[in-house]
Amino acid sequence: MFSAFIVISLIAQQAPAKDVDWAAEFGVEEEVRDPVTGEFPVDPYDQSNANAGAKPYGSTKLAAAFGGKAGIKRIAQRTVELAEKDPRIAEIFVSHDTVRLKRTLGEQFCFLLNAGCDYTGRDMKTSHSGLGVTRADMNALVENLQAAMREAEVPFAAQNKLLAKLAPMSRQVVER
Amino acid sequence: MRCLLPPQAAAFVAVMSGVLWLPHGARAETTTPSGLIEHGPIAYGDVIAVAPDQLKGEAQASDPIAYEAVLSESDNRPASPRSAGRRAHSPVGRDSEIEAPAVSRNSAKLLLTNGIASVEGTSGGGVATWATIAGREMDRGIGLSAHFTAIELPDYGWRSYGASIGIADRLELSYARNNFDTRAAGAALGLGQGFTFNQDVFAAKVKVLGDAVYGSTLVPQIAIGAEYKRNLDRDIVALLGAGDHDGVDYTVSATKLFLEHSVLANATARYTKANQLGLLGFGGPADGYKLQFEGSLAYQLSRRAVVGAEYRSKPDNLGLGEDDWLDVFAAYTLTDNITLSAAYVDLGSIATFEEQRGGFVQAQVAF
Repeated sequence: MFSAFIVISLIAQQAPAKDVDWAAEFGVEEEVRDPVTGEFPVDPYDQSNANAGAKPYGSTKLAAAFGGKAGIKRIAQRTVELAEKDPRIAEIFVSHDTVRLKRTLGEQFCFLLNAGCDYTGRDMKTSHSGLGVTRADMNALVENLQAAMREAEVPFAAQNKLLAKLAPMSRQVVER
Repeated sequence: MRCLLPPQAAAFVAVMSGVLWLPHGARAETTTPSGLIEHGPIAYGDVIAVAPDQLKGEAQASDPIAYEAVLSESDNRPASPRSAGRRAHSPVGRDSEIEAPAVSRNSAKLLLTNGIASVEGTSGGGVATWATIAGREMDRGIGLSAHFTAIELPDYGWRSYGASIGIADRLELSYARNNFDTRAAGAALGLGQGFTFNQDVFAAKVKVLGDAVYGSTLVPQIAIGAEYKRNLDRDIVALLGAGDHDGVDYTVSATKLFLEHSVLANATARYTKANQLGLLGFGGPADGYKLQFEGSLAYQLSRRAVVGAEYRSKPDNLGLGEDDWLDVFAAYTLTDNITLSAAYVDLGSIATFEEQRGGFVQAQVAF
């Protein structure tokens, strides 16, 4: 009886027209990447180096161990790439603008290591809001960052100096 | 962003929407003319039957942004097709890469941050107990750990083996068995050649605040613990003058990894009446509980290797000249789950046999 009802409702079902613009139909606005930066727009916020979440190192020597500004940006980019492929945390990045993330993470590392960058991203609380990051997720990201730094042949003690700046930010990042 | 829907439910929704449209040859995919991939409020993306290549092609053609320009400074890899067209929810076009991750959340802790088992079975630095919790799981898992330790001294052979469970990186429950072979010294002490002292240690440790790795460097991970020790040679330890054959140690530990210096530091206060950790019983003719101190410093050479030194003060309830302990150790994580440790230990005088200095080796398996 019930299955007959289902069959009838299936047959009675109206087909949607083939060329419906579903985005318009559901009022979804398409976000467009900036043609220059390749990033999606974000809501306005106050830019400040304070958003980087820690004070930079005083000496500029440390940056050399990371290959300077270019090396640091490459490490940040590689970290995100590895994270996107890491089955433990890949889901977090799926709907994320990783073009922007790679840039802002690079800026943050570069700023903290005193390699001559300003951080233009959002603060740690805002930028991780709603991601549902756990401590285990954070460890996975640390491992990806360590792998990226190893690939760049950053000495271990120097690697830890960067982690030392990031570790205290856990309270703003971990949500559950 | 996690899919909040169980996969079965998502599959059901996807299949049903497909079925409903099938009579008219339509597909469940909803690709907008711009290449933007949308679906309803439910993120069932990876289950829907889409033709990813076609989608990607379309998306790229319609949205040929300068992703390359962003990367070009430092990288000449081809632009990822995923850079074109933003997915409103989940990754329809991401091929099989995004199957529901079957990977368990094992190995959640960073390497070595579970410590190595102490001879009493608690997570620590081999000789001292730390505030760390055994096992490799974090706050959403249950970790397991097992160890075997051998200590070879001029006059004695000491074995410790046991297992522990670390619940939610919060509560550690452990058991260890100590076998202390007196060898020839046994005969000299009138116990008999090869007499072996045996002891069970049941311990519980709770992390009360802080984190050894994360958070402020000023706030260490602090744990409190209790170790119930039961000597199995009741009559012998009574003959040696011990007041009891069992007893409870109470510990408060603080551990912090100072990343800026790659140094891990631990300090533990132990309220105990144990003689040689309990191997020679508990308390003396008159003496009872005393406060003792354990300190450890370790330097991280790499993600997998650490070297360090420990100090542990001890009471002398039996008047046999019991000494404080020292050790210098190295630990290496052979694989994510196996840690090998070696140490040079100076255990001083044990049951009147002086200068007990020797080697310590340990294998630990942790999940």
